[in-house]
Amino acid sequence: MIGEAIAFYLLAAAMLGFGVVVVTSPNIVHSAVALVPVFLGVTGLYILLNAEFVAGIQVLIYAGAITVLILFVIMLTVGGTGLRIPERNEQGPIGFAVAAALAAMLAIGVTHTAWGRGGGALPAYTPGAIGQSFLGPNLLVFEGTSVVLLVSLIGAIIIARKEE
Amino acid sequence: MPWYIELARAIVGTIVIFSGVAIIAAMFGVLLERKISGWIQSRLGPKHVGPQGLLQTIADTIKLLHKENIVPRNADATIFASAVVVVPLAALLDYVVIPFGTTRAGPLIFRDLNIGVLYFAATSSLVVVGILMAGWGSNNKYALIGGLRSAAQMVSYEIPIGLALITVAMLAGSLSTVTIVNAQRTVWFGVVQPVAFLIFLISATAEVNRVPFDLVEAESELVAGYFSEYSGMRFALFQLGEYGEMFAMAAMAVTLFLGGWRGPVLPPVLWFVIKLYALVFVFMWVRWTFPRFRIDQLLNFSWKVLIPVALVNLVVTAYVVMVLHP
Amino acid sequence: MITLTHYLVLSALVFALGVYAVLTRRNGVAILMGIELMLNAANINLVAFNKYTAPGAMQGQIFALVVITLAACEAAVGLALMLAVYRSVETIDVDEINLMKW
Repeated sequence: MIGEAIAFYLLAAAMLGFGVVVVTSPNIVHSAVALVPVFLGVTGLYILLNAEFVAGIQVLIYAGAITVLILFVIMLTVGGTGLRIPERNEQGPIGFAVAAALAAMLAIGVTHTAWGRGGGALPAYTPGAIGQSFLGPNLLVFEGTSVVLLVSLIGAIIIARKEE
Repeated sequence: MPWYIELARAIVGTIVIFSGVAIIAAMFGVLLERKISGWIQSRLGPKHVGPQGLLQTIADTIKLLHKENIVPRNADATIFASAVVVVPLAALLDYVVIPFGTTRAGPLIFRDLNIGVLYFAATSSLVVVGILMAGWGSNNKYALIGGLRSAAQMVSYEIPIGLALITVAMLAGSLSTVTIVNAQRTVWFGVVQPVAFLIFLISATAEVNRVPFDLVEAESELVAGYFSEYSGMRFALFQLGEYGEMFAMAAMAVTLFLGGWRGPVLPPVLWFVIKLYALVFVFMWVRWTFPRFRIDQLLNFSWKVLIPVALVNLVVTAYVVMVLHP
Repeated sequence: MITLTHYLVLSALVFALGVYAVLTRRNGVAILMGIELMLNAANINLVAFNKYTAPGAMQGQIFALVVITLAACEAAVGLALMLAVYRSVETIDVDEINLMKW
């Protein structure tokens, strides 16, 4: 119990600290690299929530592939030429006010709601069970996601191709 | 178990894995590489330091520790220093799910995760971020190009590794490494699935940037690729990461395809070590025999040859498992 | 000790960070990073609800896996668009990509 609390607060502190670096750093490469501890913090939260398969997929896809993709695009566009783009536009204070108001509204909303506690013990969320669920009740979602993946793969290749 | 015992176990395990990898992978691995390269090239390797040159790597490490830590002037110091931590860390995290043997109390594994094989693929993909950070943080165009090429290569070859891992997981019915080793009771998966074994070995060679896929760190091409600007202990840590990753890939190949620690007479840990060093010898033998690929040949080989072959293998295996032997 | 509310408040804060990034950054890639933060916050919510209010079913984790996949697709297409824009106007500062304004 107390170990879980310590782990949660450490992960939350790491996520929020590096998250602030991501959204406010004037150096775009620092922002991109600081995304990795945020994603690893989210992975830790998934493990605390007994979702190990989702945690493994999160590291594999987010920290391993999306971060690499973001770093590649930074280095191919701005990084290679050393062009300095100003990182803050003129909506700084308004943006901060909107984000803070949104966070406050959400936090007050969730703390004042009585969430129903679901019954039963936790089943084992093994990869086999998730696979059975994807091929059983959630088959349509699975097939739809496959189609979206195929379309976005073809689309990304065509959009990013050099004009011959 | 209470959380402080878990934490203590994790810290002790980290120290054990780090020392084990540093000694067995980095020290013996580098020495073995130099000896084997010598024998293949009809010369003797290092033989002066210690009996038969066994203490050569210790001498090399002491030399590296004496060197000055140079940071280039306009380099990004934070990213330059953090990259040194990320690459060996991701390589060391691979060893958590590898079963080194079995004792009467259970398998000799740090943690038998029920997503073991997925965890291995995930930590291997963390190395790429470290390499991009190293390439960028050096403020050196050769390092940057080397880092980008290395990242492209590693990302391309992760997919055949993943497909080969899925094929083995289908045969064993689980993603846990201990279950996969136990499922090879009758026949090794390397015999049943030679295509997946070959794909895994080729992709593992490309993942750790070894010849014939080492264009990104060849001396005639890019000075030393993404770690050109690193000196002293940081260079030693990068080498630890690279050799550790190679040994981790070999250990995973032994676990998945060569029966892990299974064997008739000798104790299980000894069988594991024998098979591991046999595969590492194959890796080093390939290194000193083949010339290297160009970057476009390398990427074409992954996307146009390995992935279609792995997919066809996956479909055929699925058909056999589901239809012919339900 | 750690209840559902802790996770929900944490994900609300991460979501607010993502909104701040989307509203105030000029670099197109930084805006995409803010979007990734928002998607991660939503995923934390889904998995937390799965464990605390509906443990028998697996819907929360299934939904989280689908959201991760779709986030990867969207990041790929978005970054490809950034590359294409850079090739034609030589900048990814979103305040200067205004060729279609009247």
